[in-house]
Amino acid sequence: MSGDESDRPTQSLSDDDRALLEDLLAGKHRALARVISKIEDRSPGYRALVSELYSHTGEADVIGITGSPGAGKSTLVDKLAETYRERGETVGIIAIDPSSPFSGGAVLGDRIRMASTVGDMDVFVRSMSARGTLGGLSTATADAVKAMDAFGKDKIIIETVGAGQNEIDIVRTADTVAVLVPPGSGDDVQTLKAGILEIADIFVVNKADRDGADRTVQELREMINLGEDGGAGPGAGAGHHGVGATTESEKPNAGADEDDSDGDADDSWRPPIVETVATTGDGVADFVDELAAHRDYLVDSGTLADNARQRYAEEIRTHLREDVHALLEEQLERAGGVDDLAEAVRRGETDPYSIVDDVLEPVEACVGDLETDLADGERGDRGDE
Amino acid sequence: MSSQQEGESIRCLVAKVGLDGHDRGAHVVSRAFRDAGFEVIYSGLHKSPEEIVQAAVQEDVDVLGISILSGAHDTLVPKVMDGLAEYGAKEDTLVLVGGVIPEEDRPELKEAGVAAIFGPGTSIQETVEFVRENAPRR
Repeated sequence: MSGDESDRPTQSLSDDDRALLEDLLAGKHRALARVISKIEDRSPGYRALVSELYSHTGEADVIGITGSPGAGKSTLVDKLAETYRERGETVGIIAIDPSSPFSGGAVLGDRIRMASTVGDMDVFVRSMSARGTLGGLSTATADAVKAMDAFGKDKIIIETVGAGQNEIDIVRTADTVAVLVPPGSGDDVQTLKAGILEIADIFVVNKADRDGADRTVQELREMINLGEDGGAGPGAGAGHHGVGATTESEKPNAGADEDDSDGDADDSWRPPIVETVATTGDGVADFVDELAAHRDYLVDSGTLADNARQRYAEEIRTHLREDVHALLEEQLERAGGVDDLAEAVRRGETDPYSIVDDVLEPVEACVGDLETDLADGERGDRGDE
Repeated sequence: MSSQQEGESIRCLVAKVGLDGHDRGAHVVSRAFRDAGFEVIYSGLHKSPEEIVQAAVQEDVDVLGISILSGAHDTLVPKVMDGLAEYGAKEDTLVLVGGVIPEEDRPELKEAGVAAIFGPGTSIQETVEFVRENAPRR
């Protein structure tokens, strides 16, 4: 992590990376693949590269697809990609699989199920694994999305196993999140539980030809209705785009960047339920329509801009956190390494709180000095007054 | 942070090319590679050379392991190599072939750019070591 420190102040691109960036923008697949590898590896200079990508992004629709293992995500993503290709749009897919916490290795198997589009380079499938990091993966995924967006993909699909918080962070990098719910995936209490269901903009009951599909649809419908009725108070359905809050005053929010957060909830999005059979392609057209409808909603309501702002805020926080973390690790090293400090605690010579105070003292002093510098400098400019 | 695995991970595509329908060996290799800490992308059965090339390029793999038992290696493997070359990926991809390859066919495959051929009876450890030592550093 300290390896990329040297290029941080200037953010300048090396000649090789400059060439790579140009190839990516020119539509060379290998360059896109290589840039994503650099992002995954956090190889030296990757930050400068990603910084350069930003000015070329913003065109793609980003769709997140999640759901429990075996819900049929990969097959559905494959059919989705096929449908977009038939409509003449290019597709990027990021398929995320877990890595072993023991060896760090992974078998990334989603590619196998993406058979409809093989041989078509305009469907760019990239498998990613967690590489043992929590949080790092969502950063890497967001950056990989940037690379595909800059490359010129019309639709970018992120597919991940909805197993935990990490996955929820990842799908949040998408504009629209679809959650796959297989039939018979639990009783109605299950659908009341917090987490993955709250992030859905669209519910997909895949394998809808199986027993129990109707019941699952029914349970989801009840859950959504409950959310509508019960969530009248402000802040209800927090993760979601202001469910509840029904006022009749219909003022179309064309301006899009007014700061009336929560004020535009009157026409709020109600997650539709789509039934699909991914293996046959049944219902996929409906799914595509709902994705487009949600996209329209995002644009018309100004939510797209709000969400993007929130996402960038989160990105900034994440990068800051990571960098500060790295600085602290260096500081810890300077203070004698965490093992020695831990040993000192074990021997009863000191305690963790005192150590933290000691280690942080010089850092706090520096930050105190910096504060004025940052405030003076113009935003976005590196402050040299 | 100590739990965080920084930097590069060796990425491998384990590919079944052509008509042969036996992939137990490919599964064993995939799993062994995973346990060795590599990231493995398994292609699935019955892939054409074009599909393998597409996957290898998009996934930007360091290592491409082609498992082949059908005897069609002398036509399929060179096609894969040509496809890699077309995308400028031949030079820095370590290509391995595993399976039943007669001795007399081996020079030709090496000529085409295959780095190593692992026949029946090769220990998995040997394969893993070979990848560790020869995977291209980029």
